[in-house]
Order: sequence, then C-alpha cells, then structure tokens
Amino acid sequence: MPLGLLRFAMSKKHPEPRMFREPDALKAAYDVVIIGAGGHGLACAYYLARDYGITNVAVLEQGYIGGGNTGRNTTIVRSNYLTPEGVRFYDESVRLYKDLSEDFDLNLFYSERGHFTFAHTDSALSTMRWRAEVNKHMGIESEVVDRDTIQQACPELDLDCGGHLPVMGALYHAPGAVARHDAVAWGYGRGADQRGVEIHQKTRVTDIRVEGGKVVGVETDKGFVRTGKVVSAVAGFTPRITEMVGLRTPITIQPLQACVTEPLKPWLDTILVSATLHVYVSQSSRGELVMGSALDPYELHSTRSTLDFTESLSGHLLDMFPFLSEIKVNRQWAGMADMTPDFAPVMGRTPIDGFYLDSGWGTWGFKATPVCGKTMSYTVANDREHELIEPFGLSRFENYRLVGEKGAASVGH
Amino acid sequence: MTDVPARLPARSGEWIDRDRVVEFRFEGQVYRGYAGDTVTSALVAAGRRTLGRSFKYHRQRGVLSLANHDVNVMVDDGQRTNLRADVLPISAGLELQAVNTKGGLTGDRHRHINRMAKLLPVGFYYKTFHRPRRLFPFWERRIRALAGLGTIKRDAPRVETPKRYDFCDVLVIGAGPTGLSAALAAANNGAQVVIADENARAGGSLTHQWAGDAEAVEIRERLLSAVDAHENIDLRTGTTAAGYYADNWVALVDDIRLSKMRAGQVIVASGCFEQPAVFHGNDLPGVMLGSGAQRLLHRYAVRPFQRAVILAANSDAYRLALDLVAAGIEVATIADLRTEGETGPLAERVTAEGVVVRRGCGVYEAHADKNGELSGVVVAPVTAEGEFDLGRQESISCDGLLMSVGWTPAANLLYQAGTKMDYADAVQQFVPAELPDNVHAAGRVNGVHDLRQQLADGERAGLAASLALGLYSGEVPEQPRHEGGSPNHPYPIFDHPKGKNFVDFDEDLQLKDLLNACQEGFDNIELMKRYSTVGMGPSQGKHSNMNAVRILARHRGQSIMATGTTTARPYFHPVPLKLLAGRSFNPERRTSLHEWHRAADARFVHVGDWLRPEVYGAADTNRPLNELVLKEVTAVRRAVGLIDVGTLGKLDIRGPDAAEFLERIYTGRFSNVKHGRMTLALRCDESGVVTDDGIAARFAGDHFYVTASTTRSGAVLQDMQHWLMRWGLDATVVNATGHFAAMNLAGPYSRHVLAELTSADISDDSLPFGGVATATVAGVPARLMRVGFVGELGFEIHVPAQFGPAVWERVMAAGKQFDICPFGVEAQRILRLEKGIPIVGQDSDGLTNPFEMDMGWALAMSKPFFIGQRSLQILQRRGAERVLAGFSLPRDGNAAQVRESHLVIRDGEIVGRVTSVAYSPTLDRIIGLAYVAPAQNLPESTVKIRADGGVLRSATVERLPFYDPDDLAQAGVASLQEVS
Repeated sequence: MPLGLLRFAMSKKHPEPRMFREPDALKAAYDVVIIGAGGHGLACAYYLARDYGITNVAVLEQGYIGGGNTGRNTTIVRSNYLTPEGVRFYDESVRLYKDLSEDFDLNLFYSERGHFTFAHTDSALSTMRWRAEVNKHMGIESEVVDRDTIQQACPELDLDCGGHLPVMGALYHAPGAVARHDAVAWGYGRGADQRGVEIHQKTRVTDIRVEGGKVVGVETDKGFVRTGKVVSAVAGFTPRITEMVGLRTPITIQPLQACVTEPLKPWLDTILVSATLHVYVSQSSRGELVMGSALDPYELHSTRSTLDFTESLSGHLLDMFPFLSEIKVNRQWAGMADMTPDFAPVMGRTPIDGFYLDSGWGTWGFKATPVCGKTMSYTVANDREHELIEPFGLSRFENYRLVGEKGAASVGH
Repeated sequence: MTDVPARLPARSGEWIDRDRVVEFRFEGQVYRGYAGDTVTSALVAAGRRTLGRSFKYHRQRGVLSLANHDVNVMVDDGQRTNLRADVLPISAGLELQAVNTKGGLTGDRHRHINRMAKLLPVGFYYKTFHRPRRLFPFWERRIRALAGLGTIKRDAPRVETPKRYDFCDVLVIGAGPTGLSAALAAANNGAQVVIADENARAGGSLTHQWAGDAEAVEIRERLLSAVDAHENIDLRTGTTAAGYYADNWVALVDDIRLSKMRAGQVIVASGCFEQPAVFHGNDLPGVMLGSGAQRLLHRYAVRPFQRAVILAANSDAYRLALDLVAAGIEVATIADLRTEGETGPLAERVTAEGVVVRRGCGVYEAHADKNGELSGVVVAPVTAEGEFDLGRQESISCDGLLMSVGWTPAANLLYQAGTKMDYADAVQQFVPAELPDNVHAAGRVNGVHDLRQQLADGERAGLAASLALGLYSGEVPEQPRHEGGSPNHPYPIFDHPKGKNFVDFDEDLQLKDLLNACQEGFDNIELMKRYSTVGMGPSQGKHSNMNAVRILARHRGQSIMATGTTTARPYFHPVPLKLLAGRSFNPERRTSLHEWHRAADARFVHVGDWLRPEVYGAADTNRPLNELVLKEVTAVRRAVGLIDVGTLGKLDIRGPDAAEFLERIYTGRFSNVKHGRMTLALRCDESGVVTDDGIAARFAGDHFYVTASTTRSGAVLQDMQHWLMRWGLDATVVNATGHFAAMNLAGPYSRHVLAELTSADISDDSLPFGGVATATVAGVPARLMRVGFVGELGFEIHVPAQFGPAVWERVMAAGKQFDICPFGVEAQRILRLEKGIPIVGQDSDGLTNPFEMDMGWALAMSKPFFIGQRSLQILQRRGAERVLAGFSLPRDGNAAQVRESHLVIRDGEIVGRVTSVAYSPTLDRIIGLAYVAPAQNLPESTVKIRADGGVLRSATVERLPFYDPDDLAQAGVASLQEVS
C-alpha cells in the first residue's frame, strides 16, 4: 500500500482541497471564452494558461464538467489510424496521455492493454495491413497478427465466432490503452482552475455576437460577456453553436451508444474490436465489461438509448464469448456524435474572425483530448493553426482535401 | 422441519409449499427449505444472518430489502454468477457460493480491507499509485485483482433464448393494489391489458406491508380473483419491465425470454423502494428494512430475529410493529425520529401491545457481536438537525433492527420515458409533474401512499388510459390528495465519529465519502456520482440515490428540487446477455446453384451474407489451392468457363421516368441507351467518391435491369428508394436479386456452348458486345447480356431462380466437348486483374474519385444533374493527385512478397498502396494495381513498393490492360485454340 494513503488515516479532516473553484459571477470580459467544459475545452484552457500565460479565460458549460461525450465514451486511446495526418496527430496525443497522470498528480488509470482490431474477411485483412503499413511507416507500433497470436492474448475468445465469421487475423496495436475518462476532464479542469481559469458550470451560451465578421462576445443565460476569441468545444452540440455565427459545416449528429455489464473478476486484459460484428469490448478496473458498437445509422439530437442496440451488441458479443450468456448488462447510455463525411475532425480558425472550432469528433474524440488542448491553445494564442491540425481545417470540404479516416474509424473501405 | 428454528407456523397467503422440502448447499453446507423459498429466505429460516460480503471492504452483509433492490446477497451456482439470492428460487441440488470472497464467506481473507477503510477514502485511487510511473502497472495488477464481484465460467455454454414481439392496449407495470385496480378499470372498458410484475406472485405491498391487515387481505383476494377471471387481462408475474424506449416500447424480461412490448398506453404503478437510514453500523447483518422483514414474515413465514428495535418515521413502522408482535417477536423499542411521533388507532394498538415508543429518538449506532452480526443498538434523542443527545442514550440489546423511515419512487421507467418530476413537500418525494403522452403514473410512485387512495388512483389511471384509447368517454376523477404526515423522513442520515454509516451498500460508500467528494468540488449530483461512484453498482442506486441527493442538498443549503437527480438509465434490473441476444441471427444466403457447387467440392467464401464458390475441387488435398485456381483461369482463357454470379444485386427499374431516374443516380447517360443495349452504371456519392458499379441493361423504353455489387446491393436499393421518394419520379425499383439465378459463360468457346441451348440469334450482329436480349435458353426464358468482365467473349445468362440448377447443368453438359470448367471468385479476380478492371471497394477506398481510377470517360459531365456531379466538376478542374496504375514484378520465389495494401514509397513518403496483386498464369508474371503519383504512371518506369519485412521492391509500371489490350478476345474475334 503506498505511503501516500497514510495521510488520509492520520488526518482528522479530509486533507483534500476543491479540485475546481465555484466562481461567483461572470466577469464583463475575458480574453478567451471556451464553450464546453468537457475534456477538450478544459484541455484547451489548461494549455492556454500553462503554455501561453493566457489565464483570463472562462470555460462555459451548460451542464457539468465532463458530462458530455467525455463521460460517455468507452475510454479507448490509440493511434493506429489510416492516414499519415491522422497517425501523426493521434500519436502525439498518446505521447501526451502517457505523462498526464504525473503532470496532473492525479491517477488517470492510463493502462496500456493492447488493442486488437479483428479482420473476418480478406478485404478487412487487407485494410488492416494498409493501416499497419502506414503506422509502421510513421513509427507506430502496429502490426497484422495471426489467429494464434490473438488466441494467446485472449484465450477465452472463440476465434470462429460461433462459426459465422471466423477471425482471420487482426491489427494489433500494443500501445492501445484505456483511461478513467472523467478524471481526464477533472485533471485538466483542476490544472486550469489553479492557473486562474474560471469554469462556469450550468451556464448556457445562448448566442455569439459577431460584428463586422469578428467575434465580440457571447450571450449566456447569465448575461453577456465581451471577448474577442471564442472556442467551440461542444461535440454533439456543434451545429447549435455554428448556427449562432452563421457558419455552415458538413457535421451531422448521430447517436453513439454504449453499455456495461455487472462487475466481474478481471479476465479480459486486452481491448478487442470487431468492426464486422460491431463490437468493442474491454474490462474496466471496476471489473465491468465496457462495450460499444457502431454509430446509430440516423441523425438524432438526443441521448436516448435503444433496445435494438443492446440486443444486437449482445448477440455479437456472445458470438465471441459464448460463456457470457448468463452475464448481465447493467446499464446502457448514449452520446451525440458530431460526424464528418471523412471521419476526421474539423479544427482551427474559421471565416469568422475570433471563432475557433474544435469539432467533428464523432466517435474518436476522447483519445484526442490532450493533443486537441495542445493544438487548439496554440491556434488560439497565435491565431494560426498548429501544424498538426492544418489538414483538419473546415475549408477542406470546399477544397476537396479530405482526410479519409473512415477505414480506421468505422466499418467499410 | 423442526430443525428450522425461525420458521413460523403455516399462515394464509404464504408463498411456500410445505409439502415439498428442497435441499441445497450454500458455502459447502446443506440447507433445507420449502419449494417457493428464495435462497435468502431459506438461509434466514435456517438461522443464518451473514449471507454475503460487500464489494470494496468485504464487510459482512445480510438481508436488506429482500426485494431485489439491493445486492447484499449475490451468489454463484457454478454455472452462473452474480445471482441475486433474495429472489433466486431454491431448487434441489443447487450448490451456491457467495461471490467476492477469498476462501469462503466466513473466512474471507480479504476481510482485513475493512480495517484499512481509513486509508481508502473516496476516490483514493486517483490520489496515488501513479508516481513513479513505472510502478503503476504493479499497483494496477493488484487493484484489478480485487475488482469485480462474480467470476466468469469459461466453459459455460452459449444459451439461446426465444424473443417475443408483443402488443397490448394497456401495459400496467406493477401488480400491487394500484396496478391491479388500474388494470381492472381499463379492462372493464374493453382494453386488452397486460400486467407485468417482477415478483413471483401478484399483490405487491398487499403481500407484505399490508399482509397483516385483515381488511387489506380481503382487498387482495378480491382484486386477484377479479383479475384472474377477467378475459382481457394477461397477468405476468416474474416479469420485469426492464427499460422504457421511445413510443411505448417496453422491454419485458422474464426467466425465459425478452418480450418487446408495444403498448398503446403504459401505466406505471411500480411503487416505491423502501429507503435505509444512514447511521453507524447500518449495514450489519440483522439491520434490515421494515418491508424486508415483512416479506420474510408474510411470504416465507420466516421469523428473522427474536428481539427487535424499530427505527421509525412513518405509520408503516407501527403496522410493522404489530406484524412482529403477532409473529412472536419482541419489539423492544420503537425509536421514532418524529418529535410528535404517531397518533391515532395504529399507535394506540401498538401501545396496547406494550411496545415502548420513544419519540424524537434515533439510532445513534448499531453494535455487532463477535460474529460481526447485530447484537444491540444505542438509541438517543435526536434533533431535526441530526444532533444526538447522548446524555440520554439507551443501549438496547436486539438481534433485529428495522428501518422504517421512508420510501422513494421506483420511477426509473418514468424518467426513461421523459417524465418531468417535481419534489413534493407533502410526501417528501419526487412525483411526476409532467407525463409524456400515453404514459400514466399511479399509486406510490405517484406520491399516493394510503391503501384506499391507491385503489382510487389506480382506477383513475385505468380510466385515463381508456379515455386516451377512445374506449371511455366519462369523467376521469382527480388524483387523490395525500392527507396526514409525510411517509418519508426528509433526512434520515446521521453522522458518527467512526463513520461506517453507509449510504451506498453496493459501493461501500459512507456519509463522509460523499461529504468529502463535495469538499473536493464534486458538489453537483452528476459529478458526485461519477467521483464517488454512488449509484453505479448493480442495484443502480435504488437504496442510495435519494439519500445522496438529500446529503448534497443539505450540504449546499439547496432545495432537493434545485439539487436534482441523476439520469435513470435502462435497465431497471440488469438483464442477462442471453435474453438480449435471443437466438443468434446470422443469415447466410445461398444461390439456387449452391448444391451443385457443394457436390463439385467448392470451397466457399463469405461475400457479405452470401456464400460463393472460391474455387472448385478443393477437397482434392493433393493439389494446392493455388494450382486449382490457375487451372480455372487457364480454362477460361483457352476454352470456356462458367461462374455463378447470382449474388449480384439485380434491380428491375420500370416506369416512364426510369431513364431519368438512372440519369440522376448514376454518372452516365441512360436516356439514349437503345433497347437491347447496356451501359456501365457507375455511382458516386455527393463528394464524388466512387461507391459502386454495375451494368444497366435496357429491355424496353421504360424498363432497365441494373446490377449492383454483391455486398452493396442492399445499400444501393435503400438509397434508390430514398431518392425515388425525394424526387417524386414515376418509376419503381424492385429488388430482383433473389428472383434470378445468374451465370457468366465466358471464354473463346462460350458462343459455341450457348448456341447449343438456344435458337435465338446470338451472333455478333444480333448480340454484339454490350448487347442484351431476352431468349429461351435450355427451354427457360432468360435474359442474355454480352459482358466482358473477365476479358473474354462472354454471356451472362439470367433465368428464374428455380430453373437455375437445370440451366447450369445443361450449360455444363453442352460445354463438355470444350472441357468447360466451373470457376470461382478467386479465378475471376485474376481474370479481371489481367484485364485491368478495378473492383470498387478493393481498388478504391473511401476517397477515390473516378478520375483516379481512369474512369473519367464514364462521367456524363454535361448532364443537368447527377449525384456527385458538382464535386466532380471541382475535382476535374484540380486534376487527379494519384492514379490507379498497373504494375508487374518478376516471379521470384526468393524475393520479398508484395501483398495488397503494401505501400508505394517515393522519396520516403507514402504516395499510394497496392490494391490488387496476383500471379498471372496467362502472362507468367506477378501483376497488380496500385495507386501512384500521376507523374509515376509511365509504362516501363519503376516504382518502389515496401514489401514483406520492409524490403523495398522495384515494380515496373505497365499500361492497362495487361491482357488483350486491343479487346479482341472479348469481341470474340481472337483465334480459337484447339481444345485438347
């Protein structure tokens, strides 16, 4: 037992201060207003304060810290993407993640468990090889492995998946990890707060005032604040924010669902993904199996759950692990994913001076949290895109410079 | 069964069958109970009090609710785990162990963690183990080893279960007095009613809380017999309403199946969860909810203790006291938290029984004996602020402590349905304020606690549902108003210097844990939940969420309403994966020729849902697969081959606007395609990315027959139907995929073969390349198409599916003189590669546009519109930045192998990748397709491919097609070779 815990026994009073203050009222003006106190918004605030000394920052949150997709994802971190642009970007994120617990002095339970993406068909195997080749070219640990290797890493798996869709091989990514998603937001929030950033929870932005093509402030349900720079980091609410400044994006909102089982003694050490079976599964440090699937195939601006989701997920999970038949699903939930046509994010400056987008995070936003904070803070501080996010500008949809990540972020192609 | 000390004499309404003794084992010991007993009731009847260990501190736990509202008692039967013993029926031969112990329940070696609780405050795992970083994996392994409850059974079988789609006019959730009365009111108006109740028997609180009241028993019998006799009512016990989904779609779960109920009206009469009080030692075995004790007494005739103290804050406590006394239990004291206590006849009867009532008093702490089980309590006066006057404390020895301090609505499904709830001060609970359409709430979940009022409220809901269904047009009475004191104490939570006053039993959370979470800034209800994990255990906060809200509200000096609640998500109780999965549904599609392929030893490959022959004769193990494939390729090139292409999507498009429709969907021209001709059907999405290709054959002015690739035909069809509606064109799309068997007869002798089976003119003049015709083939009406996918003279023959096998056999017979050879998809892939024909999906990716595939010729850019046209105009101006090129490599067994997806590298940068590669027997070299920079696409120049092992190999760029660049073979004008 680490000695650090002794202070809890020695001290009469709980020896921990607030992680984040509760600021009284909004000030009249801020240098930067960040909309959304999820991981992304708080990371941006954190690095603005830490790396650029910009501390007159308000993070406005309609709900509570980390209550959106930060707290709804299945906590997977990886960098085995398909395009060089994507790989470079997510690799930087993984690198940052590894240091985060120590940076924050907050244990995020960042745990490298190894990440397998199964191929059940020749064409899927070919896509896996494509990813592995690009990854290796970029210096990422990533390789196509055979059935035996998979079986060794997960002896419980029925590689034949009940005989319907035998696993032929997999893309293996050793650095693939899971982390306590909420704590990522808390760590960034605490760090930003300590440096003077104000986090206003239950504060809803109702409009953004633009004059002469330039941001001059935001309207909130608690009054108007002046600012020349607004960062939108609101994931599934992005269209509502871009509408306020009259900006068109190709982002659509689709539900993404997940569920957990009751706690079980740990038995699954790796992260397993089958795009064909529409299953993602890992086991949390509480012992719950955390499971997700593909996006719901329709647009919907709601976090409602569906029964079909757990029905089809359960069937496919049992194809992989038939012995889990009697294990129970405890809870299901949904998030709103801001999807882009090319499955890559939309980041950086916009045609509106002082309005910055950190959006298009679809189903891949959690793993990008640190690098988004890093690059967005750079972009806001310098009013110039960080080189890592140059490929992700909104203008790419007009210029047809898409970043085709569909093959690594979902099924098909 | 005289050796069962706690079992009471037979009583009316009990759920056990005393004629059937059942023997089972728990923790290695043999126990006996009666049929109808649950594991817990039988164990308590046998005198056991400690039944489980808690999640974090491994504390001893016993009965709390006996209602499946808590998970104090979870067991493992060797096949299944995390079973809830409170509701698990005993059966002969059952062998059970408590979950989450190391070395058994009694000697659990992890029980010392309880003594280390001080070191493990709320969120302790965020505070340490991460420095130095290299040690974290060490700590993590140890923490992980302690996580979880039950253990998986690796050899447990896959269990398949049935599912049911269900319909009813009115679904009533809960078969208590309210639900039964609601069901009768609706059914009497003619509604078809289903009642779902999770308990083994109907009656709800009438079977425990009211079961000692003669009048209530009479009501129960009356309601149950009326329901039983009513032909409109389907009463389902043992059935949990596990989740509410949009449009009154309710998941009903029983032991056998998941029923998906679409209900016209839903009446939620799910009652309440009785709530524990929070005080030092409130989790000791022997401390239980009043209703838990009443369930033991009335349902199972079990007396769980000899001497009891009741912690009271409502009338229910006094009814409980009378029940206990009647069962021969000594009630030492009622400590009533209310200064005014209870008045009225109930209180008088209790006093008349000689029970001491101490008003304005609470339980300061509960003590354990050396076995860790309840042995006594300290009762003392307490103020409304929770301050005890310990100077006036009294120690009372007892083996039972009953908590009767309040209830919280089982409103999970109401929340899921989107009900807006308000906190009602009169009853100190959340009640529905705004219900969604077609959803009703009644009874205690609605804040109605009086039995007679519950009956009236149920009837009201039943009438309201009938009204909404149009079955009733009379008055719907007002909802009854609560009279008298609140049944719920506003703050039954008491601090203690030693803690161990548990708010959440699943997660071992004490009062201070929640206060410390507040101190650390997690002082809104959602953050508190996420930081402390309150309500995140298997019982989803049924006993802890409300107390957590009360604690937070008081801490912040806010109202309960302003504090709010967390989101109630499905499921009400956890649902086994087997029931959600049902029977596995993995459709496998076979063409009508499947049996023939099987007889010919085909090796099959999955293509989407379809099974297709990959190669024939694969059972002949002496020959490597590759050789078989090459043999098939050679046969097609030299003589003639036959392949089943029946899996292709086949769409019949008819109507005056059929041509116009295709003009918009596909990139090419269709209005000028002559009858009897076909053309390429290439599709792009809005961004100009190639999504599919096929052919479109025109059989009449208003009739096209279009093919789509095997795996995408479903999506193509769906998309077509979508656009057809959006555009309002006068055309229909019929999916004819399964209607037709289709085969491609290809090779220099294909016309010879076909000529033997048809009298139609299939000469080049009548049926040239790209021509289509209807004809009779082998006596069967057929659609004929002169195609060239494999680069030879070829005919696709489409016949009604049922005639497929006969026609196939006739073709094979007619081809015998030319050594006709059936060929599979592997050979086809090589053949088309030799011909340089790209396959969409294989030789394209999610961003490929037609210019990159050298298919600009297939775009009718001057058309007024087609999907993707605007994007393609922009892309055309920009020019392709990569192109699909042919390449070849010498066949060298020692050289590093080039595979699909290997990268094309130029100056250390990725410029493209190999999309297809294979050995060509026709050309005797390895050929392939790869994306390269446009400047690299110069025949005979070289490109670098990073092959296996990272070796860079030089490939020679070749002009496409590799085979027969002048198209003589598919035109049928190449000279014929002798067939051996």
